Amino acid sequence: MKKLINDVGSVVTDALRGVAAAHPSLKVDVEHKIIFRGDAPRPGKVGLVSGGGSGHEPLHGGYVGYGMLDAACPGEIFTSPVPDQIVRATTGVDGGAGVLHIVKNYTGDVLNFEMAAELSGDEGVEVTRVLVDDDVAVRDSLYTAGRRGTGAAVFVEKIAGALAEAGAPLAEVARAGREVNDRSRSFGVALSACTTPAAGRPTFELGETEIELGIGIHGEPGRTRAALREARELVRIAMDAIDDDLPLSGETLVMVNGMGGTPLMELYIVFAEVAAYLEERGATAARRLVGNHVTSLDMQGFSVTTCALTDELTRLWDAPVETPALRWGR
Amino acid sequence: MDTRFFVIWMEEITAAVRAGRDHLTRLDAAIGDADHGTNLDRGFAAVAEALAARPPDTPGGVLVLAGSTLIRKVGGASGPLYGTAFREMGKALGDAADVSAADLASALEAGVAGVRRLGGAEEGDKTMVDALAPAARAMARGVGGGGDPEVAFAAAAAAAEEGAKATVPLVARKGRASYLGARSTGHEDPGAASTALIVGALRAVAARRSPRPKSRP
Repeated sequence: MKKLINDVGSVVTDALRGVAAAHPSLKVDVEHKIIFRGDAPRPGKVGLVSGGGSGHEPLHGGYVGYGMLDAACPGEIFTSPVPDQIVRATTGVDGGAGVLHIVKNYTGDVLNFEMAAELSGDEGVEVTRVLVDDDVAVRDSLYTAGRRGTGAAVFVEKIAGALAEAGAPLAEVARAGREVNDRSRSFGVALSACTTPAAGRPTFELGETEIELGIGIHGEPGRTRAALREARELVRIAMDAIDDDLPLSGETLVMVNGMGGTPLMELYIVFAEVAAYLEERGATAARRLVGNHVTSLDMQGFSVTTCALTDELTRLWDAPVETPALRWGR
Repeated sequence: MDTRFFVIWMEEITAAVRAGRDHLTRLDAAIGDADHGTNLDRGFAAVAEALAARPPDTPGGVLVLAGSTLIRKVGGASGPLYGTAFREMGKALGDAADVSAADLASALEAGVAGVRRLGGAEEGDKTMVDALAPAARAMARGVGGGGDPEVAFAAAAAAAEEGAKATVPLVARKGRASYLGARSTGHEDPGAASTALIVGALRAVAARRSPRPKSRP
C-alpha cells in the first residue's frame, strides 16, 4: 500500500508539524504531541480536552479552537494518548474553572484518561469526564467493553464547547455533553479495510462485492459481513439500526461521515437517502454535516450519526465556532 | 534474586517482545487494531532506556520503574494494564534488596489483582488475565513448601502459554475484540500471547542463572 509518509516511526509528529504550519492560530506542542488553542488557557473558562488514537483526522485536533476544544492529545495511530500527555494538556488549558475530558468509550482511552484525571487532580485541577458511547452496532454491553464512541464526539465537542465559551460552569458543560451523547446514535459501514502505515497492508480483507456492517473506527472488522448493495439499501440498514435503538423523530442533527477513502459525491448520495429516510419517519434533518469528520485512515465507507435536538442544543450547535475543521458564525 | 536478576528479566522481555513483535501485531490484526506488537516493543524499549538512565537499587524498584515507564509510553489498554501489573508487583516486593521465589510468587498475585481491578476482566473473557492468572497460580504452587524456583518459573511459563492457547475458542468480553462478538473466536488473544512471552522470559532468565546447588557434584 502506497503512503505519503517520510518514515513509519514519525507519522504522528510529521503530521503535527504540518498542522502547526497550516494553522498558526493553534499552538502545537510537537514534542509532547498536544494541539492547543492559541489563546489557552482562558481565565475563568472551562477547558475542554479530548484525544484518542491518531488516524481519525480531523478528530480531535481539527476541532481545537474558538467554541470547541481547548486542547487535543493525539496518540499513536489507533492507540490512545498516554497519561503524561493528557495531564500536560489538562493543566495547560485550566483557566481556574476546571477541565472537561471528552473520552470515547474504548478501554485504552478510558484507562489513560482516568489515570490522567487523577494525576491532574493531584495538581489541583478539577476534572470531569463525559464518556461518548453512541455506536449502536455494539449490541450487548454486558458482554463487551460497551458501546464505542464514534461520530457523537464531534457533536459533544461542539455543543459543550459552545456552552463553555459562553461562560457556563464545569457541571453545566458536562451535563450538556452527556445530554448530547444520550441523544446521539451512530452506525458505520465499510466497503474496504484501512491500512496502518506500520502494518502496510489492510487490517482485514474484503472481497470485491463484500462489505462490513457495524464497523468501528480502528480498522477492526464489524459485526457482520454482507454483500454490497445500493446506497439506498445500506442507508436503510444503518438507519434502521439507529431507529430501533432510539426512534427518530422531530428536529435531528445529522452527520454523514466519510471514513477517509470515500468520495464526497458518494457521501452526498448517502445523505440524500438519509434525509429521505428521516422524512418517512416524520423527522427532519434540521442541522447537517456531510464530509470526513471521524475517519479511519483510508477506509472506504460511511457512518451516520444522529442527535435528537432540543431548542437549547440547536442554539449551542449554531453558536459561532472557529476550528480547522468546523467554522461558522464568526 | 537480586536487582540484577530483575534487570536481566526486563532485558529478556525486551528481546522477546522485539522478536515476537510482528507475530503479536498479526494476532491483533485479526481481532483488534494491529498494533499490539509495535506498542509493546516501543514500551519495553523505553523500559530498557529508563533502567539504563536511572538504575534502581532494589528488585521492587526495577519493577515499579518498568511499570511507570509502560504507563507513560505505551498508551492503549496494554500500557496501563501491564504498567499496573509491574507496579503492583514492585510495590509488593517493597524495599528488599534480595527477594525469594515465594516473594515473587505473591508479588505476581498482587500484579494479577491490579490488572483485574483496573480492567475488570475475569478469566474466560479472552484477555491477558487468561494467561496471567494461571501463571500466578502455577508459580504459587511451585514455590509452596520451598520448591525449586527454576521449576516453579517453568511451570508458570507453561501455564501462561497454555492459558494463551486456551483463549483461541473463547468469545471476547473485554477490550476491542469484544466488539466482534462471536467473530472473535478462533483467534488467540494478543494480550494473553504477550503475557506468555513475559512469563516465558522469566523462565529463560532463571534457567540461565549460575549453576544451582543441585547441579554441583
